[in-house]
Amino acid sequence: MLEITALHASVGGKDILRGIDLTVNAGEVHAIMGPNGSGKSTLAGLLAGRAEYTVTSGTVRYQGKDLLTMAPEDRARNGVFLAFQYPVEIPGVNNAYLLKAALNEVRKHRGEPELDAMEFMALVKKQLEVLEISPDLLNRPVNDGFSGGEKKRNEIFQMAVLEPKLAILDETDSGLDIDALQIVAKGVNALRRPERSTVVITHYQRMLNYIVPDFVHVLAEGRIVKSGGKALALELEAKGYGWIDGAAAEMGA
Amino acid sequence: MSGTTTTKVLATYDGYQADFDRLQGGADAVRASAALKSLRQDAMQHFHRLGFPTTRMEDWRFTSVAPIASRPYALGGPVHVAADQISRFLIPDLPGARLVFVNGRFSPALSETKAVPTGVDIQTLGDSLAGGLDAVEPYLGRLAVVAEQPFSALNTAFLQDGALIRVDDGVVLEDPVHVLFISTAPGEAAVTHPRVLVVAGENSQVGIVESYAGLRDTEYFTNAVTEIDAGAGSVVDHCKILRESLHARHVGRMQARLARNAVVLSHSITLGAAALVRNDISAVLDGEGAECTLNGLYVAGRNQHIDNHTTIDHASPHCASHEFYKGILDGDGRAVFNGKIIVRLDAQKTDAKQSNKALLLSDQAQVNTKPQLEIFADDVKCSHGASVGQLNEDMLFYLQARGLGRARARRMLIHAFAIDVLNRIRHEPLRTQLDLALLERLPAAAEEPA
Ligand SMILES: Nc1ncnc2c1ncn2[C@@H]1O[C@H](COP(=O)(O)OP(=O)(O)OP(=O)(O)O)[C@@H](O)[C@H]1O
Ligand SMILES: [Mg+2]
Repeated sequence: MLEITALHASVGGKDILRGIDLTVNAGEVHAIMGPNGSGKSTLAGLLAGRAEYTVTSGTVRYQGKDLLTMAPEDRARNGVFLAFQYPVEIPGVNNAYLLKAALNEVRKHRGEPELDAMEFMALVKKQLEVLEISPDLLNRPVNDGFSGGEKKRNEIFQMAVLEPKLAILDETDSGLDIDALQIVAKGVNALRRPERSTVVITHYQRMLNYIVPDFVHVLAEGRIVKSGGKALALELEAKGYGWIDGAAAEMGA
Repeated sequence: MSGTTTTKVLATYDGYQADFDRLQGGADAVRASAALKSLRQDAMQHFHRLGFPTTRMEDWRFTSVAPIASRPYALGGPVHVAADQISRFLIPDLPGARLVFVNGRFSPALSETKAVPTGVDIQTLGDSLAGGLDAVEPYLGRLAVVAEQPFSALNTAFLQDGALIRVDDGVVLEDPVHVLFISTAPGEAAVTHPRVLVVAGENSQVGIVESYAGLRDTEYFTNAVTEIDAGAGSVVDHCKILRESLHARHVGRMQARLARNAVVLSHSITLGAAALVRNDISAVLDGEGAECTLNGLYVAGRNQHIDNHTTIDHASPHCASHEFYKGILDGDGRAVFNGKIIVRLDAQKTDAKQSNKALLLSDQAQVNTKPQLEIFADDVKCSHGASVGQLNEDMLFYLQARGLGRARARRMLIHAFAIDVLNRIRHEPLRTQLDLALLERLPAAAEEPA
């Protein structure tokens, strides 16, 4: 599904990713944890196609193709979905209008007929109920004036409607109350299929109680310094990153 | 004669004079009363005295009218236009009367003058001026001052037809009146001088949609003047829509006076491909408690120059004004925004807000924007903000990350920027129609700059 090899990337001349190797197979859930500023969102944004990053070396293959040469919209149409850490407010663009446009772009790409307004609403209604989202949010401008939690729920709602193959959730749990966390996890789990993969970026082990990862990775200073099973998340919760930082220094030496 | 005095310009003045002489003495003159003729004569003298403005004048610093001054435009003549040629400029589902003028002359066949309620008078100026000036006195020419404004003087010198809308005290006209000025110059470049006069009695309510459109991509010049007298407690909703065609030049003045507690809403929507547009929009708050809103939207594309000059004169205490303008520029489009707010010495408790935003879609596009506050009272609230920006890359990326192509994402964001202004228009059918016109105008503007 996703194969990242020796990836180095910089922003404005500053090296942020400094040799990432990561393979995500179909059906797997990977969690990425790591201190603030370690490069998690950079990696997520780079995979989704954010233009401001320069890849200095390394490769990323997605479904056997070179992901890095694809335009962001082509990545999305091919099933890459990024749930943003900070969803952008877009006044003047209606939430439902955007989602319908997005869904029809994906459907067109898959060779499926586009949905009209009625069919779209029928499909969307189901997901609104699952995620307990007020239909009112649909008719507002994208994320405009949404509360922090509403923005995160809206990201997962979009994901549920678009049914991506590779979902990257960048701190979707931050800002969610406990009930919302469970609802969002339910939404993510409902999408789990043998052919779909999920990358969950989080600071908190709690999220991983609901979305149980197959692998946990620690990203520090632009490298994956430790990988393990779900137990690693518990260990990090108990001990922090200090002991791994030491390991990183050893590795770098 | 002040202004540029090249031989070309002199020839232009001669051309206007010759047309003027024909108008005053020719076949059409039979219908004109002596009073109208003398009003025109007086205006023509002022026009010659004032001359075309030049860029040496502060108000015209960024806008050269040389293309207008240096070529003869013949007085537009009657041309047959079929209903289907103007259908795209009509506003479906907007009830109310419609007055259509072709090359400045009223077209009964294209118009629809439904029965209007008692106390409402909708007629052509051609009709109302035939018997003298009684029907328009003392309002006509009171606000658009021929002694100071060369284009108003020129308009008045050629005053022949237009729309007169009067609403008596206490009368509410539910449905807006649509006044449509069509230009179609089959051969030589033509000029028209459209005129609109709105007189709203005390506590009356009236809405006017004034649109200007060109049928062909030929050169023509529209020199429009609108005067609105809003009586005490009246509500006047005015929307001016420009959809002039390529090579067109439009100079328009909208001049309003607000009596005590009057409310005037002005929407100025400049779409279309006209090479040169100058809108002068001006409101005098002439009685306590008056409130005026000026909204504007323009799209300036390749080879276009669009200038919006607004003036709000707070001449009385306790008045409020809100101004909200947005512009979209692409290609080598040029725009000027000048927002003058005058607060007179005794206009205490004035509340004036002005905001003006421009979206630049290309490196060659350019906007000159200037607030101009002249405040003589001390107890006032005045705020103004101007911003010039580009499309937001984070928003673009968000839309692309959801599968939208970059061009589509750009179009969506440009539309989102503009819709903000259209959303302030009260009549739904009008809003819908303008949104369609805007979308039609956007594709070119959505292209990525090279
Ligand atoms: N556009 C940019 N210009 C300069 N530096 C940047 C830019 N974008 C990111 N960075 C820097 O790159 C580093 C990694 O940022 P990133 O957002 O990927 O961290 P993160 O691991 O997601 O952190 P957090 O846990 O706080 O979300 C930070 O030091 C950040 O300041
Ligand atoms: Mg982050």
